[in-house]
Amino acid sequence: MNSRILRGLFALLLLPFPALASLGGDVTTVQADQAKMQGSLRTSSNNSYTLHEIQSSTGVAVKEYVAPTGKVFAVTWQGPFHPDLRQLLGTYFDQFEQAEQAQRTQRRGHGPVLIQQAGLVVQISGHMRAFVGKAYVPQMLPAGVHAEDIR
Amino acid sequence: MKIARLQKFLYLSLAATLTAMAGCSGAGSSTNTGGSGGGSTPSVSNVAAITVNTGPTAAPPLNSPYVDGAFTSVTLCAPGSTTNCQTIGGILVDTGSPGLRILSSALTISLPQQTASNGSPVVECLPFVDGITWGPVQTADMTIAGEQAKSLPIQVIGSSAFSNIPSSCTSFGAPEDDISVLGANGILGVGNLAQDCGLACTVSGPSNPGLYYACPAAGCEVTAESLSSQVVNPIVLFPKDNNGVIIELPSVTGAEASISGSMIFGIGTQTNNGLGNATVYTIDPSSGNFTTVFDNVTYEDASFIDSGSNAIYFLDSNTTGMQTCSDATFWYCPTTTQNFSATNQGTNGASSPINFSVANADTLLASETIGVANGLGGPDAGTFDWGLPFFFGRTVYTAIEGQNTPAGVGPYWAY
Repeated sequence: MNSRILRGLFALLLLPFPALASLGGDVTTVQADQAKMQGSLRTSSNNSYTLHEIQSSTGVAVKEYVAPTGKVFAVTWQGPFHPDLRQLLGTYFDQFEQAEQAQRTQRRGHGPVLIQQAGLVVQISGHMRAFVGKAYVPQMLPAGVHAEDIR
Repeated sequence: MKIARLQKFLYLSLAATLTAMAGCSGAGSSTNTGGSGGGSTPSVSNVAAITVNTGPTAAPPLNSPYVDGAFTSVTLCAPGSTTNCQTIGGILVDTGSPGLRILSSALTISLPQQTASNGSPVVECLPFVDGITWGPVQTADMTIAGEQAKSLPIQVIGSSAFSNIPSSCTSFGAPEDDISVLGANGILGVGNLAQDCGLACTVSGPSNPGLYYACPAAGCEVTAESLSSQVVNPIVLFPKDNNGVIIELPSVTGAEASISGSMIFGIGTQTNNGLGNATVYTIDPSSGNFTTVFDNVTYEDASFIDSGSNAIYFLDSNTTGMQTCSDATFWYCPTTTQNFSATNQGTNGASSPINFSVANADTLLASETIGVANGLGGPDAGTFDWGLPFFFGRTVYTAIEGQNTPAGVGPYWAY
């Protein structure tokens, strides 16, 4: 199958990148994300950050916020399914997964995810076929950028 | 309508009596294997009992009480069998998802495995908002009240035969594969959707979101899954009463240990499930959301009703003026109970205000015996998730996509 060969090629292309990390990672990882999601990319800038918008092949709209330092300080997503969070959260994924599981028990039930740790904020809302999410590293927000600006 | 009301009362009484007879609060797991007569109800009944309480994880050794979860029980039989059957309680009623999912640890009967075109077992990765469930798709005849869904594809969660979860699945979130994390013996999804994935999973290639896998001995690969093979809202397979569900729960003041209510199948199909004077709010068929206005701000296509969420989750501390709890940032802890009003708007233009209050979660949940808490609320930035407390004191109708009802074709909510 052509698509499988293409996927293999994409995987090979990813190898030269130092890591697949996105959140907290280098701006080059945005390209890795785009390749992994087989999506289209649109980039725009303002004074505080550069915004990379990826439309994934599964219909998820992903935004990656890159600081002037070249680091990804926030990601958001919206779509019928979750994006590949291991890819998108990079080195923060394990911390996210542990916190998510712990919160389910602490919450005494099911509900939206709201992880508010000193070094990581993750919010996931919605229901089947309509998910919205946001993750950022508070310490990495560029001067003048607030959490509310990430949407 | 007096007659309808009397009839509803009789149905409720019958359901309550049968639950009492079964000696099961709806929370424990009662397993009657091999009995066809035991828990069966008259075939005319479309009313299942539901109980809101601390659920099946409250007891030792887990000692982990649930709050604001509606539990029911279902009977599963091997397809076509009347003897190879089991009744399982402690099943969470979820209007936010479609399909029946049962923990492998709660299942004592053996069910046939669904296979892909290449003969490999089909295993599902189902992403919820707060984690994923992983396990094989198997087929069962499901009975609840007098309703039956024959040859129903279900997900069996946490099966030891498929213990290696592909990383592409856990990339959607943390596994909820045992009772301590799931908080229930299973989930009965009776929401607006007919199938859990829909058309996206029926095609091969990069647009397939990767919910269904074919798993030969060597490892799992994403597979295309036809609509009819997908884990489906069981209501759709009922011979009648197959267009939606009504959930009725009593009013609650503050916190209680337990309340009882009803889940009534069908909308306008029998004398006990008419819309009456309920208002219909149609929803965006692609997002499954409607719109909520709060404090003159419109949250367009961003709110939903979900019995599977255990509180009213909405907005954030800045917008609501309520601090979150110091020990649980996912709940609000106002110093005094706060009263709010929000207006829900259907895509059909129907709109009405909802008055609700949020109390201090730490105070509400001071005791581990509390299974019901009105006023439990928490943040959910930019959206309204009308969880189970929304259902208290209401009759809430959930109409399924593509199914005809007296008020038109679903999906919609009515209350």
